[in-house]
Amino acid sequence: MKTHQAKRVAIIIEQVMQSRLTDVMADAGVTGWTMLPVLGGSGRSGTWSREGQVSRAGGMVQIVCVIRPERLDDLLEAAFRVVDRHIGVVTVSDCEVLRAERF
Amino acid sequence: MDQIVDLAATNLLSPIILSFALGIAAALARSDLNIPEAVAKGMSIYLLFAIGFKGGVSVADHGIDATLASSLLAGIVLSAVLPLIAFGLLQVMGNLSRLDVAAVAAHYGSISIVTFVAATSVLESSGIASEGYMVAVAATMEAPAILSALWLITRGGGDNRRMDGALLREIMLNGSIVLLVGSFAIGWITGADGLAKIESFIVSPFQGVLCLFLLDMGLVAGRGLREGQAVLRPGIIAFGVVMPIVGATIGLATGLLLGISSGGVALFMVLSASASYIAVPAAMRVAVPEANPSIYLTLSLGVTFPFNLTLGIPIYLSIASALTGG
Repeated sequence: MKTHQAKRVAIIIEQVMQSRLTDVMADAGVTGWTMLPVLGGSGRSGTWSREGQVSRAGGMVQIVCVIRPERLDDLLEAAFRVVDRHIGVVTVSDCEVLRAERF
Repeated sequence: MDQIVDLAATNLLSPIILSFALGIAAALARSDLNIPEAVAKGMSIYLLFAIGFKGGVSVADHGIDATLASSLLAGIVLSAVLPLIAFGLLQVMGNLSRLDVAAVAAHYGSISIVTFVAATSVLESSGIASEGYMVAVAATMEAPAILSALWLITRGGGDNRRMDGALLREIMLNGSIVLLVGSFAIGWITGADGLAKIESFIVSPFQGVLCLFLLDMGLVAGRGLREGQAVLRPGIIAFGVVMPIVGATIGLATGLLLGISSGGVALFMVLSASASYIAVPAAMRVAVPEANPSIYLTLSLGVTFPFNLTLGIPIYLSIASALTGG
């Protein structure tokens, strides 16, 4: 079956910043994304767990989107404006999709 | 003095405080005891709805008087002014960066609704009446402190683009405020008849749910203390105890000036003494991400909250009763 090249962008960010991130993604033409809960982790800011968080302030989420390669730079520039000062991890990987017209 | 000791002893041995102590002890002992996130969220919604509704019913029963508007205004002013005092005090006591100090200050101008709920519970069990509209005063004290803290940051030459329309909306319409004010309005509109219809749900189970919720808060506070001890130096911990006393004193003066009941004065003291750990941390993460959340969350939740819950509330209540003759 024929597949098409695409980019998969995964951004782990604080939950309080989620709507700000997805708003600028929409402005950059990326309206399709999926949000996943993050259960915990460890990094420069120490270990972190979703357990025992009393507010949205402590929560983290992962936003995943699959886009055409030519949209990548616009998306990363827009996302960077939001995640620049905040805790977060942005990763980009190559992937293949079956239906290119959907991305 | 005897009254304070008696009330403190009664308070310390109440189910809600012992549940909180169990949570702290379990967390410090690294037990795997855990309240599921969704259950904790459900309990907080229940408690906010119940306390708001009962406050509204109380206003419906007793009517409103001239102190309502002045109390609401006083709440806004207190919330805006307390961060300025906290900022000055912590700069002397803490040796922290300006951003960290301002972020902590915002927490101490805002309020802990759980401390407020616990205080109303103690008032009820002591048979001391308070103004039902104090719930609305609590709601007004959530947000102004955040604006004061951001003003302190921009005044110090910081980035002045920290507040935008989206953040303002999130602060003013955060779930706790909407639920508290909304249930207050429902209670006010439906009055005693409305309460009679749902009394078995929001009155009888209240203390039990509060116990479980405080068990969870104890677990969270204990974990915070365990993980945040590296950043909490003695001066900062001392601030977590001194600032509530300063705030309570200002709340006391405000309540006495307003001429409200001894229960109302005690609640003004509790509100002024408590520190936020729900609405303000979220706002600080958006507006001041450079500030260290380990400092402000641990201080608010691990030091000030337990202090107010165990010793603060009986002390404030006794002082308010003694000075108002209540």
